[in-house]
Amino acid sequence: MRHALVIRSKVALLAFLLLACPGSQAVGQGNGARAPAAASPPDDGQWTMAAKDYASTRFSALGEINRANVSRLKLAFSFDTQNRRGHEAAPLVVGSMMYIITPYPNHVWALDLARGGRLVWVFRPRPKPASQGVACCDVVNRGGTYSNGNIYFATLDGDVFAIRASNGHQVWRTSVADINKGETVTMAPLVAEGKVLVGNSGGEFGVRGWLTALDAASGKLAWRAYSTGPDADVLIGPQFKPFYAMDRGKDLGVKSWPPEAWKTGGGTTWGWISYDPATRTLFQGTGNAGPWNPHQRPGDNKWTSGVFARDIATGQARWFYQSSPHDHFDHDDINESILLDMPVGGRMRQVLVRPGRNGYMYVIDRGTGQVLSADPYGFINSAKGVDLKTGRLIPVEEKVPQEGRVTRNICPAAPGAKDWNPSAFSPRTGLLYVPHLNLCMDMGVIEANYIAGTPYLGAEVKMYAGPGGHRGVLTAWDPVRRKAAWEIREDLPLWSGALATAGDLVFYGTMDGRFKAVDGRTGKLLWQEQLESGIIGQPITYRGPDGRQYVAILSGVGGWAGAIVSGQLDPGDPTSALGFVNAMRDLPGKTKAGGRLYVFALPQ
Amino acid sequence: MSSRSPNKLARIGLAGAALLALGACDREERDTSRQPKPETISLASSDPRAKEYENSSFHISQGQRYYSWMNCSGCHALAGGGGMGPPLSDDEWRYGGRMEDIVQTILKGRPNGMPAFEGRITEQQAWQLAAFVRSLSAQPRQDVLPGRSDDISNAEPQTLEERRPQQSESNTTLPSAEKD
Repeated sequence: MRHALVIRSKVALLAFLLLACPGSQAVGQGNGARAPAAASPPDDGQWTMAAKDYASTRFSALGEINRANVSRLKLAFSFDTQNRRGHEAAPLVVGSMMYIITPYPNHVWALDLARGGRLVWVFRPRPKPASQGVACCDVVNRGGTYSNGNIYFATLDGDVFAIRASNGHQVWRTSVADINKGETVTMAPLVAEGKVLVGNSGGEFGVRGWLTALDAASGKLAWRAYSTGPDADVLIGPQFKPFYAMDRGKDLGVKSWPPEAWKTGGGTTWGWISYDPATRTLFQGTGNAGPWNPHQRPGDNKWTSGVFARDIATGQARWFYQSSPHDHFDHDDINESILLDMPVGGRMRQVLVRPGRNGYMYVIDRGTGQVLSADPYGFINSAKGVDLKTGRLIPVEEKVPQEGRVTRNICPAAPGAKDWNPSAFSPRTGLLYVPHLNLCMDMGVIEANYIAGTPYLGAEVKMYAGPGGHRGVLTAWDPVRRKAAWEIREDLPLWSGALATAGDLVFYGTMDGRFKAVDGRTGKLLWQEQLESGIIGQPITYRGPDGRQYVAILSGVGGWAGAIVSGQLDPGDPTSALGFVNAMRDLPGKTKAGGRLYVFALPQ
Repeated sequence: MSSRSPNKLARIGLAGAALLALGACDREERDTSRQPKPETISLASSDPRAKEYENSSFHISQGQRYYSWMNCSGCHALAGGGGMGPPLSDDEWRYGGRMEDIVQTILKGRPNGMPAFEGRITEQQAWQLAAFVRSLSAQPRQDVLPGRSDDISNAEPQTLEERRPQQSESNTTLPSAEKD
């Protein structure tokens, strides 16, 4: 009897292993990690910013849809966005209205949720068509933000808009970027303390990265902080107290570069910003150094591929940490920072948790910038680890790309162990749900010529699946125990965001169009629905005007990973889309271009 | 023993021949017998310069260098597969696929993001670039194609590449394969 039970449990375990590969048994009651209350207020059932809250949890306290009933989830309504490029945005829900921002030409659709998603108004900002030519990775937009009666968003050509949420009338419009230099804007602005925070894209064009704060009421410039150049431009002053010696010194944004190279050095801010209202500090990641060829820019290339803590009122830097000094692999550090208070070494610490592009899960003290831990959450052979004394990443010399030859099997590849698509944190399980990649690459470098408005790369890249052959992973990471609780391997790269709910569910989508709900405690697949096009958007959930819980996602494949479909690229050239196409040759046979909002609910 | 040695010798000889044959596989060969691909719409140029540039190995080789130097490859990829810019390896030409159209596109730019290179390159260089661009969709004669590029490359030399199906063909193959 007992024997049979063991065998049966072995079979069950095997089945479980096939479904989800658990690192340890199901995590029960959480681990003491939680988002600080000031940055993660009680849930009001709305979704007013892409990351849900300033702590960037992407967690909803709604639990009507849960593990027991999610299998009955049904389509409530859908809406065609009339756009067939990569849909990376999170829809916004404010009161009984929903707002969707499309890829270029960046239409804003306002839908009435009380009337089945009926169109109320559409805003067409008419960005300059030429901006499409300087968008590195499809013409995506990652969403808008609602604040104080207005929807704030940016167009691809770099205009920031404030429009009235009620009627779509323009309140103000401010141009912040210059497409002639290769600057675009793809990020979702963050609004806090009356400021609209927005940064540029264009790290593949040798632009100079910046983060800009506009006055939310008037659209007037409050401050701009560059990521390269003299301290005065970077907004480094007396407040600046970096934890590590490598970040101390005058004008490192000039001195850590060859002469003049900082002017075309990248360090763009195109990802996520978190904000801690308790200390009035924002946290901003900076992008890769330009050009990709590292030999054209000896030095640490401050302040690229790192994270700044800044005073939101003035933009003055408080600290900086550089996760990839002298970036070798296009490893932007723009990924999300989740604000958590959690036990570290026996005492509660106020931290940032950052799933880095270089494959390390960083836990950083958000007051000081000290790295408390950095553990690999994906396969890495390009670095040996992070030296916690100096803060430096320890590179593997033979993986550093060299001029005159192709360096093979560099892991993770250029988009990193994880790219822009954001994780979600559930306080109920204490787990961070990280949608990410398992890709490696061959990379050769040649001298790049700087020509304004054209790519500044000097690199030839070819990507392919990493060890195991799967290209995507959803990892449930326990930041306190510093290891994965379980993971789900996905054939295609995961390019969608994750959503965690109080129903102990995690929602995400795959590039072949499957929208999935899995058990937040075990990773077991509980529900999935095949959508028209691949999913690279950010799922959200909200309480509808009728009091019921809804889950929404945009489908529409594209982005860097899906450009082979949205841009109809040639799979015969391995270097198409900066080498991503080589890993995606099968995608055109698995999905098609599209653009549609899907909203799901339990049947009444 | 002795009766087996010729056999052994023969085997060694065979193995040697096989090794030689394998070694020969590494040699770069070009098939000059292949014909230029038919064009779905007539892209015959009335400009007398078109033939001059398209039939010149030197001009196409020069165009290949400029393709890398002027950062064309950053948007359109090494073998023209595309990325930020549209693919150049298919038979879809948004702004015309004749040599003089491509030269215009390169020099003057196009509204959806193609920058103007006038002032950065000469007209002759633009014609050389256009000849190389045409070679990406296998329009010129095979015997004028450049071999390896000047730099290390993650893409096959054009002379070794299987010619890719035209866009219009690949569009029809996918759905029918699904029906099977």
